[in-house]
Amino acid sequence: MYKTASGEEIFIIDDHVHNWDASKANQKNVHGEQFINCFYAYHTFLSPPEKLWTREKFERYGGDQMHRDLFVDGYDDMAIFQPTYLTDFYVNGFNTTEQNAAVAANYPNRFIVNGAFDPRDEAAGLDAFEELAATYKLKGVKLYTGEWRGESRGYKLSDPWAEKYLALAEKLGVKNIHVHKGPTILPLDRDAFDVADIDIAATNFQGLNFIVEHCGLPRLDDFCWIATQETNVYGGLAVALPFIKKNPKYFSHVISQLLMWLGPDKLLYGSDYGIWTPDWLIEAFMAFELPADIAAETGVILDLEAKKKILGLNAARLYGIDIVAQKKLLANEKSRRST
Amino acid sequence: MIAADRVKPDRAAQVQACLATVMDPELDESVTELGFVSDVDLLPDGEVHVGFRLPTYWCAVNFAFLMADDMRQAVQRLPWVTRVQVHLHDHMYADTINDGVAKGAGFQAAFGGDAEGGLEGLRQTFLVKAFQRRQQALLQHLLDAGHTAAELVALDIGGLQDLAVDGDGRRLVERYLERRGVVVGASSGAAFVDATGALLAAEALPVYLRDLRRVSINTDFNGALCRGLLEVRDRELVAQAIHIVRRPLDRIGVT
Repeated sequence: MYKTASGEEIFIIDDHVHNWDASKANQKNVHGEQFINCFYAYHTFLSPPEKLWTREKFERYGGDQMHRDLFVDGYDDMAIFQPTYLTDFYVNGFNTTEQNAAVAANYPNRFIVNGAFDPRDEAAGLDAFEELAATYKLKGVKLYTGEWRGESRGYKLSDPWAEKYLALAEKLGVKNIHVHKGPTILPLDRDAFDVADIDIAATNFQGLNFIVEHCGLPRLDDFCWIATQETNVYGGLAVALPFIKKNPKYFSHVISQLLMWLGPDKLLYGSDYGIWTPDWLIEAFMAFELPADIAAETGVILDLEAKKKILGLNAARLYGIDIVAQKKLLANEKSRRST
Repeated sequence: MIAADRVKPDRAAQVQACLATVMDPELDESVTELGFVSDVDLLPDGEVHVGFRLPTYWCAVNFAFLMADDMRQAVQRLPWVTRVQVHLHDHMYADTINDGVAKGAGFQAAFGGDAEGGLEGLRQTFLVKAFQRRQQALLQHLLDAGHTAAELVALDIGGLQDLAVDGDGRRLVERYLERRGVVVGASSGAAFVDATGALLAAEALPVYLRDLRRVSINTDFNGALCRGLLEVRDRELVAQAIHIVRRPLDRIGVT
């Protein structure tokens, strides 16, 4: 919970958190080592110096540390737990739905556990996904289209099997499809950050919401075009937001373009924990004001109302969270724990 | 120490100058300025080895291949160079890229069925983005300096070159004109055209510039990220400056 200077409480839902195990023991091969090295470089590059973690802590921090960073030291009220399997790189996976659910169970009312599917599992995976959705009462999934699987270096949401999975998700009421749009490897000779498949999927599955994590960066122009045309496409601010401290002018440009094209109802805050932590991100975002020249260029406003939507109201709407009821549950939980 | 270094000292500078002309297609900046080139090894027989690394193990393969091949071709143009070997370090596809570039094979030949075509389309896409980005920077600079939209859209190339500008403005003009040919063949005519070669309208210029801004946002994002990631990687690896190896002749048995 964040309290403004005037005492107003801002309810914060973090749309993108992880609890990974990238320890040496869990690394399957050089790719596993390089993957976490890359994350650590992101962490080191954009975090304020006083927020830097050691490499050991970064490789494996665990559920208790996560709870403290998000909800005790950080301002998050709830967080959406996203899995990233990467079983070709990590022995037990980087973080799976099952592992995440086990952590979530220790902290009632704090987490929304999301699942995942991989269209390359074809028919067998459809049944497994249905079971996963029933077991964890899924309302969302996180898809990692660039994930390696044997010889495959990724897939597209427009692939025939991907469409079957999306149809099943719609049928099961798993409505929120978070898609990581970052470096994929295939096809090798195309633009590796292509977001075009989102356009096709969003048109074909009007009953689903597509939350494009990282806003398609570094292809913001393509993403904005798609998101403007499709009413069910949202932007997740993970990775874009941390620039707020190191390069506020740059962040100003990004957020003003997003506000102009998508508007404040279509953007979701995400810390991308454990790459970054919500404490400094939220403080910086709440204190942030759009420079006048940039606001004039795009004609957008980033006021408290817009910030409240981005920080929690939009995610609450997508996930059907009643914020008043949720606050009560959390208050009860707090008093139960302190007695 | 043996004074048997017969590599002419200016050769290293020549190689560096060639490498400086090779651009990261996406960032539109030189590979030497970006700090990608890590080592240059000049052999007495005119063979040159160039080592480079990218910020992460995962950096886009197609761009890595383009840069490696461009470096090979750029250095090969020096009259005294007999052979060029380019080595990409610490990348998931380092071996495939290094072998493909050494053989002078195209991207598709190097990657076989995984690559669906050549890289020329991609190269062109990013040249257009570079054109747009350079144009946006120049137009913004000139507007900030007090020129009006009507005045700017009416300029021809000669007029742009004759415009009284400060040092930064001069550099922006040169950089822009270097890329103008990407969208229009003619080296005369209106100074400012859009990506299709069409003329710009003064009243539409603010919206046009705002749209171009998104192109800059992307490249700035990548540029900042690349530099940041490379900086972090360098902190954990070795020195940043290009390491020029001048091989004492006796060690490699050349007389």
